[in-house]
Amino acid sequence: MIKDIPTRMAYGDALLEMGKKYKDMVVFEADISTSTQTCKFAHAFPDRFFNMGIAEQNMMAAAAGISTTGLIPFVSTYAVFASMKACEQIRTSIAYPNLNVKIAVSHGGLTPGTDGVTHQATEDLSIMRSIPNMTVAMPADAIATKALVEKAYHLKGPVYLRFSRCPLPVIYPEDKTDFEFGKAITLKKGQDITLIAIGDMVIQALKAAEILENKGISTRVVDMHTVKPLDEECLNEIAAETRAVVTIEDNNILGGLGGAVCEYYAEHFQIPVKRIGLKDTFAESGEYLDLLKKYGLSFKDIVMAAENLLFGLKIEE
Amino acid sequence: MTKINNARVLELKKKAKEIRVEIIKMIYKAQSGHPGGSLSAADIVTALYFEILNIDSNRPNWEERDRFILSKGHACPVWYVCLAEKGFFPKENLAKLRKIGGILQGHPDMCKVPGLDMTTGSLGQGLSVGVGMALGAKTKGLQFKTYVMLGDGEINEGQVWEAAMSANKFKLNNLIAMIDYNNLQLDGQCNEVMPIEPLADKWQSFGWDVKEIDGHNMHEILTVFYDLKKQQENPTIIIAHTIKGKGVSYMENQLNWHGKSPNEEQFQQAMKELEVEK
Repeated sequence: MIKDIPTRMAYGDALLEMGKKYKDMVVFEADISTSTQTCKFAHAFPDRFFNMGIAEQNMMAAAAGISTTGLIPFVSTYAVFASMKACEQIRTSIAYPNLNVKIAVSHGGLTPGTDGVTHQATEDLSIMRSIPNMTVAMPADAIATKALVEKAYHLKGPVYLRFSRCPLPVIYPEDKTDFEFGKAITLKKGQDITLIAIGDMVIQALKAAEILENKGISTRVVDMHTVKPLDEECLNEIAAETRAVVTIEDNNILGGLGGAVCEYYAEHFQIPVKRIGLKDTFAESGEYLDLLKKYGLSFKDIVMAAENLLFGLKIEE
Repeated sequence: MTKINNARVLELKKKAKEIRVEIIKMIYKAQSGHPGGSLSAADIVTALYFEILNIDSNRPNWEERDRFILSKGHACPVWYVCLAEKGFFPKENLAKLRKIGGILQGHPDMCKVPGLDMTTGSLGQGLSVGVGMALGAKTKGLQFKTYVMLGDGEINEGQVWEAAMSANKFKLNNLIAMIDYNNLQLDGQCNEVMPIEPLADKWQSFGWDVKEIDGHNMHEILTVFYDLKKQQENPTIIIAHTIKGKGVSYMENQLNWHGKSPNEEQFQQAMKELEVEK
C-alpha cells in the first residue's frame, strides 16, 4: 500500500521528470518553492527556473510574455493568490490571447487547513471556470497529478491545475497514465445514485459509496477532475442510468463543480441534484479533516445527502 | 555616441507626420478612440517601426524579431497605423477601428492583428510581459531586444514596480522601456493625480539605466536607440518628455483630448495643421 501523498509533491516530482525530457519547459515561482515543490525543478534546472519573489501579478504576466517566445511556462504559487491576486493578469494577458501558460497551484480548497482562510482557496474553481479559453482541473491523487501535469504540457492553451497541501490517499494504480482533460473517470458503477466529486473530495466520495452500498444503495462514483471543459457525455450517461446526483467539491458551493453540473442538467435533463461544498461561507483554521466535518464536506455528509435525496424521490413516487 | 544621418531624421519626421494624419483620420472615422496619447507617442513609435526594430512583415511570428509592446494600449491607433504602413495588414482595416467584426479592437488584440506582439489595454501589465519576453530571449540564446512603451500615469500601477525589480534581478540588458511622459493622465496632471517624481531617481534606485530625451526630437530619439543597440548593460528606461496631442494645436496639453474624437470642423483643422507642417 502506497502511503498518502500531497498532490503538490507529485507535481514537484512530475516537473523534475518532465524537465529532463522537455527542454522548452520553464518554471515560475513566487518565493514558496519548497511549499509548491517547484524547488526540485529549481535545483535540477536553475537556468529554466525563475523565482519572481512575492509578486504574483508580475509573475503571471511575465509567464505570458515568455510563452510568446515558444517556451512553456508552469507558474506556481498558492491557488488563492494565483486566482485572485493575479486574476486579471490571468484573464487579460493569458486567457484572452489564449497563451500557452500552465497555472499549477498548491493549497487548493481547505487543504492548507491550519493556515486559515487567507491561504485556503475556496473560490478559485468558480472564478477560473468563468474565464474563456481556460481549462480547470484538480486531480484526485498523486497518480492523476503526474499524468495531468504532463497532459497540461501537451495541451495548447492556458490550464489551471489545482493541488492539495495535505496528503491524499492514492486511489489509482501506479501505471495508469490515460487521464484526459475533460474526460471524467467512473471509479465505481452503480444505478441508484451518482456521486460526482473533484480533487480531494474523490476519496470522501469513495468512502461514502462504501457506506451507501452497505445500506443497499447502488452508488456510482465519478472523478470529475476537470470542471472545464465539463464531460457532458459522462453527465448524459449518469442522467440516463442513475436516479439522482450529489456533487462534491472543496470549494464554495456557488459556481464550481456543482454549479457546472446543475447548469448542464437544468438545460438537458430532469434529475435531482444535491450540491456539497462550502455553503457560501469562509472556513477557519483547523486540521483538514476536522474542517471537512465542521463545514459539511466529509463522507458522512455525503452519505446523508445521498440518502435524503433518494428518500425524497421515494416520497414523490 | 552614434552619428545620425540628418537626411534620415528628416525622412522619419515626415513619416511621423503621415502617421499622425492617419491617426486622426481613423479616430475621426471611428468617432471614438484616444488621440492625445497616440500623438504624444507618435515620434518614438515611428522611429521604432521605420528605423530601429528588426522585423519582417512577411514573417510576423519570426522567432528572432525584436518585440514591441505598447503597454499603454489605449494609444493603439499609433500602433495600428505603423503596422499597416509596414505592411503587416491591409490599410483598409484602419477605417474599421473599433468596429464590430473588425480586427482593430478598441484596445489591441494580438490574436487579431498580425505583427502585434502582445494584447494590451489593461494598464500595468506590459512591462511584466516584456520581462517575460526578455527572459525568453536569454533562455533560448536569441539576440532580439524587447521594447515596452509605458504611459506616465500607467506607472501608478504597483505591478510596474514588481516588473522593474525583476528586470534588475535578471539583468535584462535586452529590455528597453520607454515612458511617454506627457504629464497628463485621464483625471488630470500626473503630479496631481498621483505624483511620480522623482522619476529618474526611482528607476535608478531600481537598478535601471535611465536616459532622458525630448520625445519629439527625432535626432535625440534615434541617438538613444542606436546607442543602446551598440551597448546596453542593464535594463534601460528612456524617459521621453512629450506633449499630449502633439501636432494638433487645439489638442496639445489638453486633458479633454485624452479619449475623444474630433468633429468635422476640428478634423479639417487638424488635417490642415498637419499638412502645413508636412
